[in-house]
Amino acid sequence: MLSRTADHLYWMARYIERAENMARVLEVTYSMSLVPNAAQSEAALWLPALEISGNVDAYEEEYGDVNAADVIHYLAMDADNPSSIYNALRNARENARAVRVAMTSETWENINALWLEFSQFIGQDLAKSGLREFCDWVKARSHLFRGVCFGTMLRDDAFSFVRLGTFIERADNTARLLDVKYHLLLPEEEEIGGAVDYYEWSAVLRSVSAFQAYQKIFSDTIVPWRVAELLVLRRDMPRSLHACLDEISPILEQLSGARHTECRRLAGELHARLRYGKMQDIFQHGLHEFLSDFIDSNNLLGAEIQRAFLSINAS
Amino acid sequence: MQKSPKMFFDEMQLDASKLDEKQVRHIYAAYHDWLKDIPHHQLESKRQEAELLFRRVGITFNVYGEADGAERLIPFDVIPRLISSKEWSKLSAGAIQRVKALNMFLHDIYHTQEIIKAGIVPASILANSQYRPEMFGVDVPNQIYAHIAGIDLVRTSESQFYVLEDNLRTPSGVSYMLEDRKMMMRLFPELFRRYHIAQVDHYPQVLLKNLRAVAQHGIQDPTVVLLSPGAYNSAYFEHAFIAQQMGIELVEGTDLFVRNNAVYMRTTQGPQKVDVIYRRIDDDYIDPLVFNADSMLGVPGLLSVYRNGGVTLANAVGTGVADDKATYIYVPEMIKFYLGEEPLLENVPTYELSKEADLQYTLEHLHELVVKEVQGSGGYGMLVGPAATKKEIEEFRLRIVSKPANYIAQPTLALSTCPTLVEAGIAPRHVDLRPFVLSGKTVTLVPGALCRVALKEGSLVVNSSQGGGTKDTWVLEDTDDETEVLQSLAALSKEPKLNKNTKNSKVETVC
Repeated sequence: MLSRTADHLYWMARYIERAENMARVLEVTYSMSLVPNAAQSEAALWLPALEISGNVDAYEEEYGDVNAADVIHYLAMDADNPSSIYNALRNARENARAVRVAMTSETWENINALWLEFSQFIGQDLAKSGLREFCDWVKARSHLFRGVCFGTMLRDDAFSFVRLGTFIERADNTARLLDVKYHLLLPEEEEIGGAVDYYEWSAVLRSVSAFQAYQKIFSDTIVPWRVAELLVLRRDMPRSLHACLDEISPILEQLSGARHTECRRLAGELHARLRYGKMQDIFQHGLHEFLSDFIDSNNLLGAEIQRAFLSINAS
Repeated sequence: MQKSPKMFFDEMQLDASKLDEKQVRHIYAAYHDWLKDIPHHQLESKRQEAELLFRRVGITFNVYGEADGAERLIPFDVIPRLISSKEWSKLSAGAIQRVKALNMFLHDIYHTQEIIKAGIVPASILANSQYRPEMFGVDVPNQIYAHIAGIDLVRTSESQFYVLEDNLRTPSGVSYMLEDRKMMMRLFPELFRRYHIAQVDHYPQVLLKNLRAVAQHGIQDPTVVLLSPGAYNSAYFEHAFIAQQMGIELVEGTDLFVRNNAVYMRTTQGPQKVDVIYRRIDDDYIDPLVFNADSMLGVPGLLSVYRNGGVTLANAVGTGVADDKATYIYVPEMIKFYLGEEPLLENVPTYELSKEADLQYTLEHLHELVVKEVQGSGGYGMLVGPAATKKEIEEFRLRIVSKPANYIAQPTLALSTCPTLVEAGIAPRHVDLRPFVLSGKTVTLVPGALCRVALKEGSLVVNSSQGGGTKDTWVLEDTDDETEVLQSLAALSKEPKLNKNTKNSKVETVC
């Protein structure tokens, strides 16, 4: 297939996934802010949401103080924030529009409808009301997007690039979420596995749809290291890093064919780390170090995929 | 220019001024019978439903220079234009004849120029800016230049059709022919049971077959692509739609490159050779090395490969010289010259302002004539005398006098009207018709056309850039004779019957 087409499909999927993850972050932060007796200040509560999206500086330059209303607007609707949900969905739709031929008409119409529906939220003050409905809507549209791709697309390269985009983006988001939360919620003097506020960790789990899975697997109180294990090493947890690499690695094997691509090697290496790694070792090394290293490697993987298949000069 | 509607031939009524009278043309009888019982609000809600569906599918066009979100819909009218089987036979034969002659003309003008030697077309045509000297002596496969031609037809009476212009460069609008039909079938399935309507949806397959047939000799399984200026082009939806329907890659200039006298596209698995390019980019932008050097849309070196026979372009480079308004006047003569036949379709009588007498006449009758710029298109650069103000006429007069050869003039045609859904109800609006003629091993057209409608009351300009809309065109199968009409009328009160495939549902072939 055309490199440009593959590029658009890959980014379309990444942007949809990005919007979903941003909605999850907003939703979980919002529900934490509703917990009575929240010890944290409003700013302390909402800052992590900005950190996960990776643009605290840009926010502070535009808005100054960190407060709920501004952060919500910035992350959901701000047209000047390149990673706002607004821009993610807009970019997803623009990418889809550029290659509408390469997907099934159901897939295209689904994304086009998403964008048309989005207009109902524009101008709405989400901080005042409707944030939860908005986040639910974004998540539902993302589910629908994956469903329509899965249910209608031929299992060819086009489908592979869509899947690739979804999981590269998801791996990045899960790693960031966990990193920011872990860093913040674990007081330095406290030992790993110490008492951590149940609400906050359960919120983290809920933000990646892992709360019920946790209960089912561990049937125990929520402790940070198990949360980390669930989101890093458990391959049966669909938003874990391991699960993402389980998807990415075989796709790159198949796309590379007889070619020796750096992205294939890199994915294999990352995959092996997650597949054979032990949580104990990761903690000993420092979870934060592990996660930031993962985020860097995953970025590099993205760049290598770009180089091998997607950029206009690929040939 | 509000004239009495009686002056215009109406496609449905014998007398457009009496909308309620049952003096409908017989092909419309069953439709009219159905329509008269449908309340306005019901039609209006169907119209809104169509708009919603078109938006959802993304059948939109971009308006250049407007901020994003400014994607527009071309208005769609829910009342179809009907064409009888007999009318269609005549029109399609005429259009095919015309395109054959035009292709022969293009081959001739880029080779031995017999038509100039015979004194039928003046040698001055070689100075036309649309004449591409780069194409002189170049042989194109099957001697086909205009693989896709849109022939614009207008009607002024029951029996009188005229060819308004030929579109041989990158004619557009066929997606509306196909999508309008799909929409009508969705909105009004009951009508499709009552009428035998010829099918059009095989158009992309015919086109693909033709495009594969014009690959260079010896290529077994040619790769065909559609070259588009990209997602910001106003016709992008159509490009994407047709490419998808044909199952071919939709490429942009940056996806292609030239190497060793061949064109390749960049794919995830490395370069892949391209054999036929259905290009929707004008000549001027197709190769920055030869034509417009600023063009980012084209492919550097493409023309050189093309001239050496390394790739086929559809349409060919240089077709503009044949659909130019200055060339138009010679088409009936071309038909006689190349085919030895009498033209089946008439040209609109045209004044050539390069001729002193014609110029004189035109300047004296500007208020009743339509004056067109020779190389203009899209309804720009045009004076509609009867609708223009005194000031507009005087301004245009100065432009004509300064460069008379740039203009032609034609009488204001009493374009037929077709009932159209407007805010106040159903009212007559002027229409034209653009069937698409496809040339491959044979010259064919599917039984259907783009019908454009001028939505503004009294307006004669149907271009979408000037506020025109579209209608589905129904070519009826064999409903001309009385028994069929009676049957279709009787079908109204009986069990609906299914479409049967008869003559027109197949591709018409004359070759």
